[in-house]
Parts: sequence; C-alpha cells; structure tokens
Amino acid sequence: MANTLAILELNDVHTYYGNIHALKGVSCSIPGGEIACLIGANGAGKSTTLMTIFGVQPASQGEIRYKGRPIQKLRPEKVAALGVSQTPEGRQIFPRMSTRENLEMGAFLRKDKAEIEQDMEWVFNLFPVLKNRMRQLGGTLSGGEQQMLAIGRALMSRPELLLLDEPSLGLAPKLVEKIFETILEINKSGVTIFLVEQNAHMALTISGSGYVMETGRIVLTDKASALLENEQVKKAYLGE
Amino acid sequence: MIRQELKKLVVYGFFLAILLIPMLGFKSPTFEPGRAFKTLGVFMAVLVLNFGVKIFRSRQKVEAERKTPLTERVGEQINRFPRIYTLGGLLAAAAIFPLFADNYMIDVGITCLIYVCLGLGLNIVVGLCGLLDLGYIAFYAVGAYTYSLLNLTYGVSFWAALPIGIVLGMVVGCIIGYPTLKMRGDYLAIVTMGFGEIVRLVLNNWDSLTAGPNGLFGMKRPALYYPSFAEDGFAWAAYYLKSLPALYYLILTIAILTIIAVRRLDHSRVGRAWIAIREDEVAAELSGVPTTWIKLLAYALGAAFASVAGAFFAAKLSYTNPNFFLFMESCIVLCIVVLGGVGSIPGIVVAAFVLIAAPELFRGLENYRMLAFGGIMTTMMIIKPEGLIPASRRRRELHEANEKKPKD
Repeated sequence: MANTLAILELNDVHTYYGNIHALKGVSCSIPGGEIACLIGANGAGKSTTLMTIFGVQPASQGEIRYKGRPIQKLRPEKVAALGVSQTPEGRQIFPRMSTRENLEMGAFLRKDKAEIEQDMEWVFNLFPVLKNRMRQLGGTLSGGEQQMLAIGRALMSRPELLLLDEPSLGLAPKLVEKIFETILEINKSGVTIFLVEQNAHMALTISGSGYVMETGRIVLTDKASALLENEQVKKAYLGE
Repeated sequence: MIRQELKKLVVYGFFLAILLIPMLGFKSPTFEPGRAFKTLGVFMAVLVLNFGVKIFRSRQKVEAERKTPLTERVGEQINRFPRIYTLGGLLAAAAIFPLFADNYMIDVGITCLIYVCLGLGLNIVVGLCGLLDLGYIAFYAVGAYTYSLLNLTYGVSFWAALPIGIVLGMVVGCIIGYPTLKMRGDYLAIVTMGFGEIVRLVLNNWDSLTAGPNGLFGMKRPALYYPSFAEDGFAWAAYYLKSLPALYYLILTIAILTIIAVRRLDHSRVGRAWIAIREDEVAAELSGVPTTWIKLLAYALGAAFASVAGAFFAAKLSYTNPNFFLFMESCIVLCIVVLGGVGSIPGIVVAAFVLIAAPELFRGLENYRMLAFGGIMTTMMIIKPEGLIPASRRRRELHEANEKKPKD
C-alpha cells in the first residue's frame, strides 16, 4: 500500500539568484509513492524548484519538509543522505569517468559494497545498454545513454524520492518513450518521483498529480488526468 | 599526405629557429652560437628522418593498422615487466645516483625532487580538483619562512617545525580557499595569482619579522638524532645533514612519501570526490559530495605538501628570501603539472625532471628560460595536449584490472 501522506511539502518557498526573484512563493505537496510532475515554460522556475529542494540554491524564505522534517537549511549532501536524489538538467554526467565510475559516484554516500553491486545490476537491468558501455567514458556516450546514465547514477544512492529534471530534453521521441517507461518502472519499485518536464503531455500521462508553473509561481494544481483535460493547459502546453 | 608532412617540417623548423634566435646573439665564454645551429640541425634531422619513415610507412600501407602512439607502446613495454621491478629499478637508480654524480648534479637532483613535491601538491588542487591555482608558491614560502623563523627565534628543530609548517600551510590554504569557493577558471586564477603576490610582498615588506628583501639566514640544517654514550652518560647527539648527498637522501625520502600519499589520496573516496568536482561540480553536489569541504581539503592538502617542500628548501640553503617565491615559480610548478599530464603522478615526476634539469643542461639558455617554457608548453599543447603520461588512461587500466576479477 503506497504511502498517501506527503513525502515532500513546499510551503511558500522563495528563492533568489542575486537580485532575481526566481521562486515567488511555491507551495506544493508530493504524495509518497506517486509520480508528480511540474510542467511549465522555459524560465518558469522549474529547475530552480528542484535545486532549492536539494539545497544547491537555498531558499531564502519558506519551508521545505521531507517526511515531515524541515530540510530547507540543509546542505545538498545532507539532503542526499536523507534519501533524496536528483538528476541535473541537461544530463550532466561526469564526462571523463567511465560509466561504471559514474554509477559508483552515485553511491558516494554509501559504504555497503555488496549492495552497491546489487543496485548496479538493477540499474543495468533497467538500462541494459549501459552494461555494454561499462568501461566507456561518460562523455563518449550518446545523448540518450547519457540521460540513462544520469538517472542510473541518481538511483545508485537508493533514493526514496527521485527528482528528475527534464529527462526528455533533446532526445528522440522513441527514446523519450523508453525513458518514461523506465520512470514508471522505477516508480513501481517504490520510489516517489518528482518530475520536471517541458514535454507536458508525456509527463502528465504517467503522473498521478501535476503542477503548472508560471514565472516563479505554481498557478494550477490538480490530478494529472484532470490537467490533461484542462482547456488552459491544453492551449498553453499541449499544443491542442 | 606528403604535403602535410612537409608543411609540418617547415613550421616546426621555423618555430625552433625563432626559439633559438636569442642564443645566436648570446655572448658567453662557455657558450658558442654554433650550438644553436647544431641543435637546430639535429632537430631538423630528426624531423626529416621522421618524414622519411612516414612516407615509407604510407607506401607499405601499414599506417592503418598501427594506431597506438609511441608513448603508449613504450608504456605497454614497461607494463610488461612486473611493476615491482620497474619501481625497484627506479628507486635503486635514485638511491645510487649520488655515488656517481658530482655535487653540482646532486644539487640539480635535489631541486628536481623539490619540484616533484611541489608538482604533486599542486596536482591535488589543479589536477584532481580542477581549481586553477596560480599562487601556489605562496604555500612553499609559508613552509620556508615557518621553519626559518621558528628555528632562528626559538631554535625549533627541522622535524618539530615540519608539523607546525604543515598546519600553518593548511590554514593559509583554507584562507585562500574559502573566499574563492564559488569561483572557477579565470576568476580563480586571477585571485590566486594576486594572493601569491600578496604573500611575497608581505614577506618583502614586513622588515621586523622577515628581514625584508635581505632574507633570513643561519637556519640549522635538518638533523638525524642518535644515542651517544659519552663520558657524561646517555644523550642524544645530532648529526646535521650538511653534505649534499645527505640532503639528497632526505628530499628523496620526502618525495617518495609525497608520491605515496598523493597516490593513496588519488584512489581514496576523497580523490573520487575531487575528480567528480573537477568533472562537474553540480553533478558532484547532487551525488552527495560535500563540495565546500572537499574543495577546502584540496587547498589545505596541496598547501601542506608545498609547505614541507618549502621547509626543506629553507633548511637546505640555510637561507631564504622573498625573491625565491616569485610568480614565475608558480608558473613553473603549473607547467610541470600540465606538461606531465594533469592528474598523473608519473607524468608529473618526469615533467619535474624535464623542466628543472633541462634548463640546467642548457645553462646558456638561462636568461631565456621563460621563452623556452613558452616554446615547450605551446608545442606540447599542440602535439600532446593530455601531457607526457596521461592520467585517465592509467586509471582506466587499473579499473579494467579490477573488473577482470571473477564475480561471485
């Protein structure tokens, strides 16, 4: 039975980049065990939201709770230690490390060697192509493979909450489908997923709940299936 | 293809000729301009030979099959021996070197080894962590002055001053590291360069403490202590390492310890974290690397190694002055790291010897060292941008060896 309590809650979160007010009071709550997605245009603050949750770009105001515990003051490594994991936007893998080393970096905070090996096998099961690329340098992988590697690396920390930043960015439609299938599979294994996407249709299709973001604010919150039918969303993000 | 090779020949020859021009006008009793022509001649002969071989090869059409470059093939040959023999051989050669060399050569050897330590230390900051540090020599100065002042003022021995110097070096490393945590690339280079100059200028102008440009002198040499049973009973007697061979063995030991330490760091979790930061800082942060601490640690440890080398340097000369720590020295150390192959320990050791010993071999070039550096660095970056002995390949080899182990 999936935990229906919120695993992650944001309450009136504000973030600044210098003078730029990037998040202007974001509030949302992600139910445990679900896939939630955050859609919006370029520059709406989607990536900033993830960076703020993770503590890379700390919130200047507001509260972020993970499993009821406030985490807005924690450094990224502490957030990671709590079981949150994130893939950076634009598939930032370690270009001069091999696939294997990249995955090992994902398990940086863990010390249980045998289980790390197991999890690596699991990642190779999810993305069989990575196994063939084990010794290849990350920078020499194709775009799709790099995205898989980024997701795989994020999984290596055994997260309970996985933050995905635009996994479909710059990928061929077929690959996007494959990636989203895998995201569903990861979710089924018990990982809550918070997905940031521009590919609104795909994201809403696999998600339970959805948020629409515009200029630093969340303007719409609903079930993903309802958002798919919403006229406003259809017009602005689904191109219908 | 022939045209291409010919073009290369002309360009390289021209380039070398420009480099050698200053030597032609060099007036020195020990140096005749003819040598410059000789050098040029030898170089051209090698190029022509290379040209001939290449054409011969292309006729035979074996070109396509033979892709591994020379250095890699040499590496493979070396790897065929068990590592222990290679290392043992090198160590033995280093150990018996003073028996055959005159004092001058030993002195050059000592300088080379000091730069090995400096190069390896800077390698942590630049090579592993990817932070461009142009003021690295400041930490060397910290080590040298720490020992000098402690010894002159309080009579602290070399060995007792070492840990203090290391700690001070680390503190100074953090002082420069902390404000620059958010900086990268050019900005960081400028700030660190300024920092290096600040340290030198402080040493130069703080007359009451550092005696300014006159420098400090009269420090005791490092000593070995042994029990002596003289008339008045048991006591520790000091044997001061004054002779060059003795100092050579001391710095050899320090250099070997540095190599071992840096190697272990390289393969540790911290080393992994450094490389991750170098590769992609945001991704490293998202993987749970505490980037702030790990970067500070890189500065601190890099500074610690420089500080040890600096203390030895001051003890060896029994003299130190601020002009030993010019910006130029930082550049040389950086050159060693880049030339050797960023992140590669054997590469840096080789490069230290090449860059420090080579100018000694061509003493006539002394005044044109900067020019020669420029030449070597430019040529290297064009021909072999990854350095003499690239690091990543080696690392991957090691990993392949690990993977060959049967899995349970």
